[in-house]
Amino acid sequence: MSEISHDDRQASAPAWGRVRRSRRLADRTLKIVCTVFTALGASVLGWILLMLLYEGGTALSLDVFTHVTPGPGTEGGGIANAIVGSLILTMLGIVVATPIGVLAGTYLAEYGKGSKLAEVIRFVNDVLLAAPSILIGLFVYTFMVPPLGGYSGWAGGVALAIIAIPVIVRTTEDMLRLVPGSLREAGAALGAPMSTVIVHVSWRAARAGMVTGILLATARIAGETAPLLFTALNNNFWFKPNLMGGVSNLPVMIYQFALAPYENWRSLAWAGALIITLSILALSVVARLLLKKDHAR
Amino acid sequence: MVALSERMSISTMQTTRRAPKSLSDAVFRWASFSSALLVLIVLAGILGSMVYGGWPAFREFGLGFVTSSVWNVGKEEFGAWVAIAGTLTSAVIALVIGVPISIGIAIFLTQLCPPWLKRPVATTVELLAAVPSIIYGMWGLFVFAPLFARFIQVPVSNLVEGLPIVGTVLYARVPSGVGLLTAGIILAIMIIPFIASITRDILDQIPTILRESAYGIGCTTWEVVRHVLLPQSGVSIIGAIMLGLGRALGETMAVTFVIGNANRLSLSLFDPSSTIASRIANEFNEASDLHLSALIALGCILFLVTFAVLVLARLLIARVRTQ
Repeated sequence: MSEISHDDRQASAPAWGRVRRSRRLADRTLKIVCTVFTALGASVLGWILLMLLYEGGTALSLDVFTHVTPGPGTEGGGIANAIVGSLILTMLGIVVATPIGVLAGTYLAEYGKGSKLAEVIRFVNDVLLAAPSILIGLFVYTFMVPPLGGYSGWAGGVALAIIAIPVIVRTTEDMLRLVPGSLREAGAALGAPMSTVIVHVSWRAARAGMVTGILLATARIAGETAPLLFTALNNNFWFKPNLMGGVSNLPVMIYQFALAPYENWRSLAWAGALIITLSILALSVVARLLLKKDHAR
Repeated sequence: MVALSERMSISTMQTTRRAPKSLSDAVFRWASFSSALLVLIVLAGILGSMVYGGWPAFREFGLGFVTSSVWNVGKEEFGAWVAIAGTLTSAVIALVIGVPISIGIAIFLTQLCPPWLKRPVATTVELLAAVPSIIYGMWGLFVFAPLFARFIQVPVSNLVEGLPIVGTVLYARVPSGVGLLTAGIILAIMIIPFIASITRDILDQIPTILRESAYGIGCTTWEVVRHVLLPQSGVSIIGAIMLGLGRALGETMAVTFVIGNANRLSLSLFDPSSTIASRIANEFNEASDLHLSALIALGCILFLVTFAVLVLARLLIARVRTQ
């Protein structure tokens, strides 16, 4: 009896059983560790969203959308001017960046095949894509703020545009490369010049992807704070129609108000943080859905 | 005769129809070419403006600007060393914490994840990258730092007090939760999505047949990862890590919230410090003359360091792509 059970054990665990167990242990450890890390990453996003919903949700009210930012020590107030200012700056940035980014991406994908210069531009664009945004703010400050005589929404818009351009260039190029060459050849065979082929064939085929790139660039610049600190700055009033002398905007408002000693400033900062994060996440999700839908078609 | 006249008419048609189009063709080509050139001009402009703006400080202090740790606005004496050390230390902490987690997430996404979960997890990781840096700062300062002070700083400080080396490195004089280590942890969270998604792309590019063959001869997932995937991706993972490093070095707002912004050279990871970017963000709006120039000179140093890191990262990633 005891012999049989001994044999059984021998059969299920042969001489290399020890090795096998350590292999299994390593395998299990890897699987558990990787799963835990992923869960950890996902829970941080959940944690941040919950924090924003709780703190920002309690701070939200109609006043937030209808009143301007309060001065030091004043009760109440809202962030209407910061919301409108942020919209204007982001629009300005994307309106400047879109034609430049799309055209530059088009050059890289359509004209610059095999050219050394295009290779260099592609490389520099990839570097700019990850370059610290604070440096772009300093750059725009030196050539736009003192020469224009002070902080302005224009400088802020240009700084945001410079951040958005590499994103648009990259996605435009990637999407145009996915367009099959035979489509272009068909266009060229009809006698269409290259620019017509690009506009009416390549762009049309890659449209969804290019729009996704523009939306992602918008999401990227909408929350940028550092470059606006040196360009558009912020103020507690409605900005001037000519956008000179500082334009209130959500990111810088959040930065200044979150660290302020006034209770109502802090709660406005939370409200602003909730608004801006939800808009950016919604924009990113919409951009991805758009691309997915196009691929499914 | 008929053929000849036909050919002639075609050729005249071509010339009459081509003229206006070739002009718009040229304009289009020229516009896209100059837009592409603008990318180069921006890079040159950044470098130029940093050197131009920082020149007075570099001329005044020379090489001592990099090595001196004095930062006295009143006396107009400026040295970058504390900020440089803070930048490097926080970035290294971010990599030490962030890289294993990123690679773990990439392995989970490519090897372990059931197909129905792939998309939600990948989207979550990408959304983590979309959250603005200032939100990480607020989370770090108002949520993470108090917890960190209570559950990590105080117990650890009590534990290591009086011990050699660790008693200095992990001792908090004022357990406020803000400091170098907190900044490093927040930076780690911020660079994880970038490193993880690039690593995932790299792992996805490895031919499936290699993986299948390894599984076919009886390898476990760990052995496939260790002996097939990691050696195959090799330097391009280092490229992905360098890309994360570039992000960590230049990250501004989140760090400004949680690093404490002190100009002190401290051996303790729990003490407040500052990075180049946080100092610029903090002091820029009140600066003038030499102070302003010193801040832009700091930006110039940051530019050179991050540029070198990012170029290296791109070269490493590109090398594998072309192979």
